Amino acid sequence: MTQALLVGTDCSECSHRALDHAAQWAKEAGLHLFVVYVIQWSPYSFNTAQENAERHKRREEELERAHAQIIDPIVERLRSEGVDAEGIIRHGHPAETLSALAMELKASNIIIGRKGQSLIKTKLFGGVASTLVQISETPVTVVP
Amino acid sequence: MLIKKWGIALLGILMSMPVLAQEGIDTKINEAIKPFADAVSGFIFSSFPLAGIQFPFVLVWLIAGATIFTFYFRFINLRALKHGFHLVRGDYSDPTAAGEVTHFQALATALSGTVGLGNIAGVAVAVSLGGPGATFWMILAGFLGMSSKFVECTLGVKYRNEYTDGSVSGGPMYYLSKGLAERSDKLKTLGKVLAVLFAVFCIGGSFGGGNMFQANQSFKQVLAVTGGDASWLADKGWLFGIVVATLVGLVIIGGIQGIARVTSKIVPIMAVVYVSAGLVIIFSNFSEIPAAFASILNGAFSPEGMAGGVVGVLFQGFKRAAFSNEAGVGSAAIAHSAVRTNRPVTEGMVALYEPFIDTVVVCTITALVIIITGTWDPSVDPSQGVALTSAAFESTISWFPWVLTVAVVLFAFSTMISWSYYGLKAWTYLFGESMITDIVYKALFLFFVIVGSSMQLGSVIDFSDAMIFAMAFPNMLGIYFLMPVVKRELNEYWSDYKAGRLQKFGKAANRS
Repeated sequence: MTQALLVGTDCSECSHRALDHAAQWAKEAGLHLFVVYVIQWSPYSFNTAQENAERHKRREEELERAHAQIIDPIVERLRSEGVDAEGIIRHGHPAETLSALAMELKASNIIIGRKGQSLIKTKLFGGVASTLVQISETPVTVVP
Repeated sequence: MLIKKWGIALLGILMSMPVLAQEGIDTKINEAIKPFADAVSGFIFSSFPLAGIQFPFVLVWLIAGATIFTFYFRFINLRALKHGFHLVRGDYSDPTAAGEVTHFQALATALSGTVGLGNIAGVAVAVSLGGPGATFWMILAGFLGMSSKFVECTLGVKYRNEYTDGSVSGGPMYYLSKGLAERSDKLKTLGKVLAVLFAVFCIGGSFGGGNMFQANQSFKQVLAVTGGDASWLADKGWLFGIVVATLVGLVIIGGIQGIARVTSKIVPIMAVVYVSAGLVIIFSNFSEIPAAFASILNGAFSPEGMAGGVVGVLFQGFKRAAFSNEAGVGSAAIAHSAVRTNRPVTEGMVALYEPFIDTVVVCTITALVIIITGTWDPSVDPSQGVALTSAAFESTISWFPWVLTVAVVLFAFSTMISWSYYGLKAWTYLFGESMITDIVYKALFLFFVIVGSSMQLGSVIDFSDAMIFAMAFPNMLGIYFLMPVVKRELNEYWSDYKAGRLQKFGKAANRS
């Protein structure tokens, strides 16, 4: 079975550092690298009937935009650098989705950047990295 | 952009109405509409005498249908409760389809269209006029209504239109026309006729119960807490109407989804607050609960001094349950049809929860509060429903009428937004999708918000009931022809479920 790494990205500065770290690791160890972007979404939200009727269309648009603007350029760049990279986009809660995907794809490690936000902000709103560390059943590497 | 310009122009006209208005605009609007409203409701509620009271045929139609569906689908309302819950929870939702409309979201949207004044005002009227026993029949009607929702929402998903741009349209007008055409050539014409009839009534219902009734009752409650007849607002129903119409207009014409989104988040919170307050009152009078249930059961089968005896009590309970949960009316099928699933019956099983939450849970709580606090009053004027519930809550929680007022206005607002969508879908089914037809409907809708706030309730409540109940005639008649289709799908699905052939995902997969 081929080993794989999974890196979460949200196109911010810190996740670029996580991306670089993951890319280097994957390259040196000869591992497959899943580059994952999670679109914030909850299955339990309350919507209007109009929103529901157009939801499928909106989802397609969101996926298209995420591919074109975020994931595809990253994957292309990594491949040109010789990394065996693959892009994945999912809707959901970021930490839960990364954790579930790692299990599903049998990744041996999740690599994620941290925002470097204040403690209070993290306490109030939670951080993807800290939540992931709490819930993940796969080892997590947090890149500062 | 053009839509926004149109919207602004329309709002301008609405805003200028008070200037045009002289004294007594309320009375004028009322006088103009009343004869028409009375004629329509008189026709829809054609009744026959039963045990001394006039029993409307439409009520027999709804309850008989719900009973037939319950037996035909072998008590689907009870046997699918557990599985329906698992579906709502997302046990069977494929994570690769995340981002699509979930069962939970479709149910929540449909619920926001039904939970509202029917649960607050209607129940108070039922308990007052029918006595505590009406609660029993209301709950029974709620359970039977679950089967009606099951079949109509399954059909709504099965026969919806999916457009190339990815949006969907569904509801009775589509399953009546497409479904019946599929069964035979002869039924094709009937299906078309039923679909058109349904669409016409649905538009009427969206102006009546889904709009005027809501505006009217929320104005009544705002008036009551601001000082009743002495209130500054006392003869300014039109002003309240214009404010509400402006807000609704901002959402449906201006496309300011923010307002709708905020409401859709506050409404569930208000529902939870309402139910919690009800439970607090019920449990703070803990010792009286057995007596309350005894009076519900006694009153249901051997009422004393009620007009029409058992039939009279049953009539009140059935009527208010039907008006509150709209099972068999077909409106919910429009909202439920947006769900993403390849097994339409799954949405039917989720839709079961609508009458369950609406009638069996929320209405029962209102009824218990009214019975336990002893605020029901057989001599009440049916137009004072909200006031009665308000008094019942006030007797234990003195400041609750204010919370209730906010809840009533928000419930009314979200119901209006939902019905504006149902009505629009029916309207575009009849007149085609274009920007002009769209804007004409929405302008009419806003006009009726103002009319509803200005009118006396008597004719409004009858007209609202009439239009919404009228939808049940073409809807349920068509469903009788389509039941076998649903049964076939249900049997296939149920055997897959029982044999464990349905795939679970995520945590649910690990549990099994």
